[in-house]
Amino acid sequence: MSKNIIIVGGGLAGLAAAIKVAEAGWHVDLFSLVPVKRSHSVCAQGGINSAKNLKGEGDHPDIHISDSLFGGEFLADQDLVKEMCYDGPAIIDLLDRMGVPFNRTDEGYLDFRRFGGTLHHRTAYAGATTGQQLMYALDEQVRRYEAEGKVDKYEYWEFLSAILDDDGVCRGITAMNLWDRSVHVFKAGAVCLATGGPGLVFGKSTNSVINTGAANGRVYQQGVHYANGEFIQVHPTSIPGADKLRLISESVRGEGGRVWVPKDPKDRRRPSDIPDSERDYFLERKYPRYGNLVPRDVATREIFAICVNEGRGVDGQNQVYLDITPERSGQPADVLERKLGGVFEIYRKFSGTDPLAEPMKIFPGVHYSMGGLWVSPKDENGQVKQMTNIPGLFAAGEADFQYHGANRLGANSLLSCIFGGFIAGPRMCEWASSHSAPPPESVYERELKRQTEINDRILAMTGGNENTFKIHQELGDAMTRSCTVVRENDDLVKLMAKIAELEERWHRININDTSKSVNQSFVWTRAVWDMIQLAKAIAKGALLRDECRGAHYKPAHDVEKPEKEKLGEATDTDAYQDYVRELAAANKTTYKVKPKSGKEVSPEFVEYIRQWVEREKKWNKTTIASWRPNAEPEMSFRDVSMTVEPPRPRIYK
Amino acid sequence: MTSPNGNGHSAPEHVLLRIKRQKAPGEPPYWESFRVPYEPGMNVISALMKIRLNPVTAEGRATTPVTWDSGCLEEVCGACSMRINGIPRQSCTALVDKLEQPIVLEPFSKFPVLRDLMVDRTPMFDALKRIKAWVPLDGTYALGPGDKMAPELQQIRYKYSECMTCGCCLEACPQYNNRSSFIGASAIGQAYLFNEHPTGRNLKGDRLDVMMGPGGVVDCGNAQNCVRVCPKHIPLTDAIAAIGGQVTVHAIKKMLRF
Repeated sequence: MSKNIIIVGGGLAGLAAAIKVAEAGWHVDLFSLVPVKRSHSVCAQGGINSAKNLKGEGDHPDIHISDSLFGGEFLADQDLVKEMCYDGPAIIDLLDRMGVPFNRTDEGYLDFRRFGGTLHHRTAYAGATTGQQLMYALDEQVRRYEAEGKVDKYEYWEFLSAILDDDGVCRGITAMNLWDRSVHVFKAGAVCLATGGPGLVFGKSTNSVINTGAANGRVYQQGVHYANGEFIQVHPTSIPGADKLRLISESVRGEGGRVWVPKDPKDRRRPSDIPDSERDYFLERKYPRYGNLVPRDVATREIFAICVNEGRGVDGQNQVYLDITPERSGQPADVLERKLGGVFEIYRKFSGTDPLAEPMKIFPGVHYSMGGLWVSPKDENGQVKQMTNIPGLFAAGEADFQYHGANRLGANSLLSCIFGGFIAGPRMCEWASSHSAPPPESVYERELKRQTEINDRILAMTGGNENTFKIHQELGDAMTRSCTVVRENDDLVKLMAKIAELEERWHRININDTSKSVNQSFVWTRAVWDMIQLAKAIAKGALLRDECRGAHYKPAHDVEKPEKEKLGEATDTDAYQDYVRELAAANKTTYKVKPKSGKEVSPEFVEYIRQWVEREKKWNKTTIASWRPNAEPEMSFRDVSMTVEPPRPRIYK
Repeated sequence: MTSPNGNGHSAPEHVLLRIKRQKAPGEPPYWESFRVPYEPGMNVISALMKIRLNPVTAEGRATTPVTWDSGCLEEVCGACSMRINGIPRQSCTALVDKLEQPIVLEPFSKFPVLRDLMVDRTPMFDALKRIKAWVPLDGTYALGPGDKMAPELQQIRYKYSECMTCGCCLEACPQYNNRSSFIGASAIGQAYLFNEHPTGRNLKGDRLDVMMGPGGVVDCGNAQNCVRVCPKHIPLTDAIAAIGGQVTVHAIKKMLRF
């Protein structure tokens, strides 16, 4: 086990970490549920952000930082966002050198397109399968290390637990071979979970079928804190399907796609027969500056409101048009095909209509978890960046929590995954070097025994009458109904009760298949338990957080904004200036904040800012869930460091 | 919420499936039929999911849920390959409305079956190792951007770079089987992809050595099945032709050197 590091998960974050570890001369054991090339990162479509400023717009990492913090409603760790945005251009250069077929300009430079939550062309892209292309580039580099013997892959293996020594330090993992369900011990100086998000806790989502969140749920039950779980991004545009919700990339709007419904909800004409004067381009109407490129949480709520609250969905159903036809988007069909072909192909295959001829029909779908395993944002006081509260156990990618705050901007996730992996890799080697004394063998034996016993208990569940897939379906339906776009406390209380009921029924699952060979029902049953534990953390966080922030929207606890004409600049109010001074002192920093301009502001706006400041003081905190057996999780809240810029009211125009 | 359903016939109530099953590697295969409730817009995967919810055969006999491999369900991961009514393809994009019933599902025949519809495609990933399907990078430290590249070349490379290692081209290929060592179309496409990259080209000789050797590009019988079944419409036969040409030049150069 000398100089060995374990990485669980072979998506962008896991591969990025593996490359850094191998490059540093350490050996990697890389575990994945599937051949790593099939990891969920392949589903990212639109692109990857970095302020390369290749379009002469004066873009800069500082603007990228500000857009990201504002987009995430100031819940992200500011130092890390700063570091990530400054590293963005170098990461793009590296991917370019690795051979990623990024789209090019006529002169041969990387092309950039627009994405939500910014006014700049900041998103590099490879057609509309950017995630797949980035994944393949990292996969190829890892395969090269594999050929050199520096990486060993364990594909079709499932992570079961971290192995903790008597001091609670992580010394390796137990994992199960999915082809014969045998459980084994693997030793390492440090372990990183790059295991993605928990989309399947919501049943149907845009996620792959492997994104159960079970690995995260397992270490959460071993004591890792789960942070900001309630912040679940619902993507504005997906195609509802019987088996999943298929993502339609934000890049469609970045390339000129326009969201609309007929002004007359009873209008049953073909969409292409409806003239502009009879269409309600509601995002453009409400947000003249950002238009269709408002951040995802905003777009999702607007589409939801049009369909659910106002009953104005297309054909009376929960769907709106997304129009990327050449006439409406202003780009010729062949150019659109070159930039968005991958998305069009998915739509054509599943709906049978051509998005270049007729607008697509879309509706929001659960997409991404901003929250995840708590990791330290700093290297100080014995803490290490990307390391969880279990020493020696790291996390990176969607599995961690600190880069996106309350709402992630499109095309920031590919960047945060690679950046987080690059941070975790070298730190794991450093950590392992300074903690190299091996623990007694008994540490490994007792964990192997514990895991084998859990499996044996599940395999003995043959007397019940519950179906494991049905329990999951009910969990997903309940979570989607009560814990997505709009949240209400009454509902969330009922949801907690429903989750408890499912937990109780889980014990009565009939396993109905005890065979050794690729036993998917057994593996699934084990994962469902862990999904239930995560669901509790997510729902409880949503229940306790009595405010609206980013993706977490609880209208009964909103600070109401005055109407448009009465809005002013927050900096022109005393309440805001006082708040900023207080925050600067608490964070031992100074901010670049505009002084009062002397312009008069309406009393309604002054009152709004007063209430907003009060809300910030109370709720600008990281939610921390700690697992408790047979009970609801214990919840606490921690301050967010504000070292770069102070929060400001999130008003998009 | 309904999904779009292009077909004008009145919706059937049930979908019939006939599935070739196998309990474990090396065990004999057997067939089971299933009848699942129809839903507009459903694909083969959602039919298999319905079996999981109620694993009972069409004859009413309780059985185990069917095992299959899947991932993204939107045709970018390459996991859910199987033979559907005899054709190798991705089961996520196989829409029930467009398939004749009973829908016959079989595992790929060119790879060892692990269980039911799931096979072991490890040889495909090993082939990528053999042909060094990567750009030889000095390191991840900052060395500035890569070469500028014409959009035309980017477009050609992008197409080959969409290969998901799904295996459809190999399943359809008459030359790819357990009696031959043919490396297959997907690996040849990847060799071409990296030979066309300004830095990837530095390993061109190594790749062509493999392509020249046993099981290399000359073993292609030109049946062109690969290009017909590729779910991503990758012009595999163009790559085979190009690599064939490169191998010829490479062989002559090697001869002249000795």
